[in-house]
Amino acid sequence: MHSFLLANMKKLIIQLLETIGEYFIFLGKVFRKPEKWKIFFNKLIYEMDAMGVGSLLIIAIVSISMGSVITIQTALQVEGPWIPHWTVGFTVRTSVVMELCPTIISLLLVGNLGSRITSEIGSMRVTEQIDALEVMGINSASYLVLPKIIASLIVNPVLIIISIFFALFGGYITVMIVQMIPLYDFVDGLTSFFKMYDLYYALTKAFIFAFVISSVSSFYGYRIEGGALELGKANTQGIVVASFIILVLNLVITQIML
Amino acid sequence: MVEVKDVFKYFGDKKVLNDISTKFYKGKVNLVIGRSGSGKTVLMKCLIGLLTPEEGAIYYSGRNFNLLSDNEKKQLRTEMGMVFQGSALFDSMTIQENVMFPLDMLTEQSFDEKIERVNFCLQRVDLADTNHLYPAELSGGMKKRAAIARAIACQPKYLFCDEPNSGLDPKTSIVIDQLIIEITHDFNMTTVVNTHDLNSVITIGENINFIYQGDLAWSGTKDEVLTSTNNLLNDFIYAQPLTQKIREKL
Repeated sequence: MHSFLLANMKKLIIQLLETIGEYFIFLGKVFRKPEKWKIFFNKLIYEMDAMGVGSLLIIAIVSISMGSVITIQTALQVEGPWIPHWTVGFTVRTSVVMELCPTIISLLLVGNLGSRITSEIGSMRVTEQIDALEVMGINSASYLVLPKIIASLIVNPVLIIISIFFALFGGYITVMIVQMIPLYDFVDGLTSFFKMYDLYYALTKAFIFAFVISSVSSFYGYRIEGGALELGKANTQGIVVASFIILVLNLVITQIML
Repeated sequence: MVEVKDVFKYFGDKKVLNDISTKFYKGKVNLVIGRSGSGKTVLMKCLIGLLTPEEGAIYYSGRNFNLLSDNEKKQLRTEMGMVFQGSALFDSMTIQENVMFPLDMLTEQSFDEKIERVNFCLQRVDLADTNHLYPAELSGGMKKRAAIARAIACQPKYLFCDEPNSGLDPKTSIVIDQLIIEITHDFNMTTVVNTHDLNSVITIGENINFIYQGDLAWSGTKDEVLTSTNNLLNDFIYAQPLTQKIREKL
């Protein structure tokens, strides 16, 4: 029993190391000079449009809802005669800027953008479109994936900033409608003791998570072998692995930066 | 000419190609035939460099593909055109964009020159006026013809077709076969076609290579294939009741 577990563990570790190795070899293939800059920029603009505009609605809905709920929760938890009302606004802003928006929205984007990337590249692999690129002498990894990674690095931080605005707007609307605390105090809390470092911290997370989402999803789509069944499996694996890496990196970045 | 010399290919412990040596001639339609799983597609993937053989070499007009530098390989690939089994047209592009794609990526031609070449290729495969359609709007035969148009866009010296008739009705298959033999002769290309379509074998097979379980079991021409005494080849050729009846009449 003991040796069986040990053998399985060894096999898993070898598989993990192999996958990590494959991932870095894949990145080495992706980060090459594009064949034609004009085509690269056209693809970059297309990807930025698809990623940004395509995700705006869901981000707005989730952020407003998140902002509303966190405002109600905070107002209920910090209620007391010795605690000033502006604390609610301050706590909501800090939570939203530093943790909720960068992490939760990035996890949302894993499901939204990540699965789109895995499906798109995976179906190109299954239908031999990637082989067709390779036969033409085109670096398929760079041609397909580099614009997606760069677009994600540009668009995701912008989406996170937009989500912060929507979340704070959600909190503002909630306070205005429910009137748990005076609106003036809430706004005072939102605007008090603001440090630019908080925003740098949030954007650092957004930037790193954007790279994880786009590169991991592309990797799982690119390495598919087989047919439609494998495409589904790769999609799930890509989402699980990217989410896990984001959660671990969130811990690491928080420890390093705070 | 493409020359295959002593090629071995393994997947794990399984030997998929066993000491294959053959020649594919310029200006001729060279067929690779055999049952499904015999190693035809693996051989073609080795030819076009998507797989690397464990042993042996593939020579393109005397150039050993596996010994070329990355840049030399890239240059050689611009001399190749490939028609995949499932056409492999880019879904997100129109037919015009698909055919223009290799010209965009691999040449410095002006837009007018590219359009002229695209229209020539589409007319050559009898697909004029489909420029602005998407692959999803075409029938299986039209997709194959569009794939051929894309493959010949850069005027390749070597054309590879993997099962170009798979999934097509007999009449459309004849159209595709005719197209392949015509463009091979017109452009004096070295064409290699993987097929198990018997009609293709007896109509366009100017040089036929029969692969059986990874071995090159027989080579010859379309005139020799029906009268061969090779039992493995005969089992393959005369597997269907229709061909058995033809054999009885021969």
